[in-house]
Amino acid sequence: MSGARDEILAAVRRVLPISSSSREADYAAIPRAYPVSGSLDQTARLDLLEERLSDYNAAVYRCLETGIAETVARALSARGKKSLVIPRGLPRKWLPEGFLFTTDDGLTYEELDRSEGVLTGCALAIARTGTIVLRHSEPEGRRALTLIPDYHLCVVDASRIVETVPEGMRAIAGFGPDPVTTVSGPSATADIEMIRVKGVHGPRTLDVILAGD
Amino acid sequence: MSVRVGDAAAAPDFQKAAKRLIANTQLRHNVRRATDVIRAKRAKVVAEVPEWEQLREAGHRIKEHTLRHLAAYLEQFENACVRAGGQVHWARDADEANRIIVDVVQTAYRNRAGSISDQMEVIKVKTMTSDEIGLNRALEAAGIVPHETDLADLVVQLGEDRPSHIVVPALHRNRAEIRRIFMEKMKLDELGERPEDLAEAARKYLREKFLRVRVAVSGANYAIAETGSVCVVESEGNGRMCLSLPEVLISLVGIEKVIPRLEDLEVFLQLLPRSATGERMNPYNSLWTGITPGDGPREFHVVLLDNGRTNVLRDAASRETLDCIRCGACLNVCPVYRQTGGHAYGSVYAGPIGAILTPQLQSMEHSTSLPYASSLCGACYEVCPVKIDIPEILIHLRSKVVEQGGAPLAERLAMKAASFAFAGKGRMEAAQKLTRIGQWPFAHGGKIRSLPGMLAGWTAVRDLQTAPKESFRQWWARREQNHDLQRGASS
Amino acid sequence: MLISLFIGCYNDTLFPETGKAVVAVLERLGNRVEFRQAQTCCGQMHYNTGYLGEALPLMKHFLDVFRTAETICIPSSSCVAMIRDHYPKMAAGDPSLEREVRELLPKVYEFSELLVSKLDVVEVGASFPHTVTLHPSCHSLRSLHIGSKPERLLQHVRGLKLLPLPAADQCCGFGGTFAIKNAEVSAAMLAEKVQCILDSGAEICTALDNSCLMHIGGALSRQRTGLRCLHLAEILASTEAGASK
Repeated sequence: MSGARDEILAAVRRVLPISSSSREADYAAIPRAYPVSGSLDQTARLDLLEERLSDYNAAVYRCLETGIAETVARALSARGKKSLVIPRGLPRKWLPEGFLFTTDDGLTYEELDRSEGVLTGCALAIARTGTIVLRHSEPEGRRALTLIPDYHLCVVDASRIVETVPEGMRAIAGFGPDPVTTVSGPSATADIEMIRVKGVHGPRTLDVILAGD
Repeated sequence: MSVRVGDAAAAPDFQKAAKRLIANTQLRHNVRRATDVIRAKRAKVVAEVPEWEQLREAGHRIKEHTLRHLAAYLEQFENACVRAGGQVHWARDADEANRIIVDVVQTAYRNRAGSISDQMEVIKVKTMTSDEIGLNRALEAAGIVPHETDLADLVVQLGEDRPSHIVVPALHRNRAEIRRIFMEKMKLDELGERPEDLAEAARKYLREKFLRVRVAVSGANYAIAETGSVCVVESEGNGRMCLSLPEVLISLVGIEKVIPRLEDLEVFLQLLPRSATGERMNPYNSLWTGITPGDGPREFHVVLLDNGRTNVLRDAASRETLDCIRCGACLNVCPVYRQTGGHAYGSVYAGPIGAILTPQLQSMEHSTSLPYASSLCGACYEVCPVKIDIPEILIHLRSKVVEQGGAPLAERLAMKAASFAFAGKGRMEAAQKLTRIGQWPFAHGGKIRSLPGMLAGWTAVRDLQTAPKESFRQWWARREQNHDLQRGASS
Repeated sequence: MLISLFIGCYNDTLFPETGKAVVAVLERLGNRVEFRQAQTCCGQMHYNTGYLGEALPLMKHFLDVFRTAETICIPSSSCVAMIRDHYPKMAAGDPSLEREVRELLPKVYEFSELLVSKLDVVEVGASFPHTVTLHPSCHSLRSLHIGSKPERLLQHVRGLKLLPLPAADQCCGFGGTFAIKNAEVSAAMLAEKVQCILDSGAEICTALDNSCLMHIGGALSRQRTGLRCLHLAEILASTEAGASK
């Protein structure tokens, strides 16, 4: 309703004093005295991320880039799983023999619900908060893919781990309009007497493979 | 245009509501326990961040900057969102917002079935803004069934109750009460009592709705002007379900939720999780822009809501109330909230932030008892991640209540009498004399056990010692006299 | 040093012993104390309750009375907070008032601030053989950022055993007119504070503010707990010769 739009904008303009400086200049003048970059090297970032993920009770595997398929096999066997759904564009060399991988070419929600789980990579990870960042385009797949299945196995490339939240957000700002989901542990609620219960909706089990040195 | 903040206009005075709730021992126990837990968690994760004060300052300044240029940022957001395939609506008040949302839902169902023959339903992600406008009632009146999907909001909805906290709305319920509500409303023959059992029951009950219901309503934590994106912060995963599975998504966004750029989330996503739930990062954040073909809703509507926010903007002294990022830290630390819980505030917004936001949204009509629902201890200001000076704003709103004639007569007279007495030495001494005389009927053995009128509340739980025969200034005058005499004698 | 005492309206009327104690301690340390009889009230009660118009003349009167004083001692952290936090706001927009307030602020000290920061002393020759717990009032904690000054003074009192107070930073529930306007909630907050004081095991509760102590002491008396309250100044004034009652 353009009537409402005009009225609201007019009301806002009426009650706020006119700024003498430009919006851009004002914005640039906001003090940002907080640190942006971290100081850890890649190995230390890897270690920190592993520690944070373990805090969330995620099973964490480490391997070299060449060992991903083998580690996927190990993780699936540990969970007793024989098949996973995967997004289009997932690197073939990540897939071990002896398991069934179904590509999401428009699976229904029911099919996703019946699956044993999903395997994806991720766009980046933030060590300090144990956060995995999913960018929803190939090769990470649409949002429903990492949401409906009860098990998510995620491969994190060591070179894509940043240390701090500001580093992570600035990278995300460069993603363009792709939807983004940040995952920091499995879902949880503390709504019942403030006792934290893990796993409400979304995948209740998260396994992570940290690949690289 | 009529601003509505839930049922705040009809709510009883804070003092009346508080009196009733203070007598509820279960509630007080639950509130104390819950707030003790979150407070401790928050303190731990904040202590980990040496740059916490710099982050608070940045958060404060980003919000202040955004409000100063709000019109331009709102327009920028609208343009960017529409360019990305979203539809932006504007609502001046609660009724208009409800009408818009009902219309979108009805159209969505009509388009699918050819007529409104399916039972119309929506799944909802936590949004206090929808409680503010009374959305569920409007939906139901239009034959649309709303399903709350946050566990606590589900508890509140099934319990036919009201939320009592910004972040943990069912804080006033313990597990036995939740189990009872679930068994009755989910029609379960048996249900365990552990929190895990209750969460599992909620998961099953809601999962079939997530996979089936075609329309969702959400709020927004942040609306990003530069990109037209929206960000929702959550823990349980129901947000992700509602935001990405249905065909049609409607996000109800207060105009104060806008922030300039996506990078600004680097500040707020550090401040919010640590302040709200005492975590380094909450489990899930969803960030999306307009429509993405093949992924998520094919129709995305944003309803930008005023409903009194321009009233709040009008007053420069209290405008920063709109900086609030709804973390709930002020509630967890407030010694008043601790005794009464959220319902005493008669509004969806409770605790210290509620005491300043609710009256301002309503232009100081109704809710005039709320600015006084505080001992001005300052604990809220200490923990507010965006540095809203709540005590200062409370005093400012009190002055508005007094200015507008909202103070009780007895109090006004007492204040006038006091300022008369304090005008100078002579009057002060006369007033002190009167006090010593006037207390005589009430004094027994040096103590006053019972006072009349508005002072009765004091003596209900405290003894009051009588004013001594000699005030300090009288003692001093006497001492000076003696010194003069002594000096005179020795010279 | 010549120290000008601002006693505060409620101390003057209800707790003259606190004023006498301040005088005794400062004189014992070799200072001279003056009391300007024209003083009345800092205006906090009016200001906090929303009667800003009535508070302004009280501020102006305070500025008049103390214009020529060099060091002002106030045994009430809430009065000091009023002056530091709110006098500048009340003066805003009036350049000469602003200047007067700016000149006033550096001269104003809460009593324990005066002793520790200005006079640089923590041992004042006091003796008080009792168990004591300290309630850090909200103003001293969050406005004055008083830190450990009261504790350090108490630790140097002969015979005194200082016991920690559980949940010390929680408001006692006085809040000025809050105790009248929201009597029920105030009573509930007071009940928790009393419980904490009982849990401390101390015989005496002390603080920098008689406002809090009047409220807490009133409940300790009503509940016949056998505990009592005493302002910090009165503990520091206590000597082997003449103990404070």
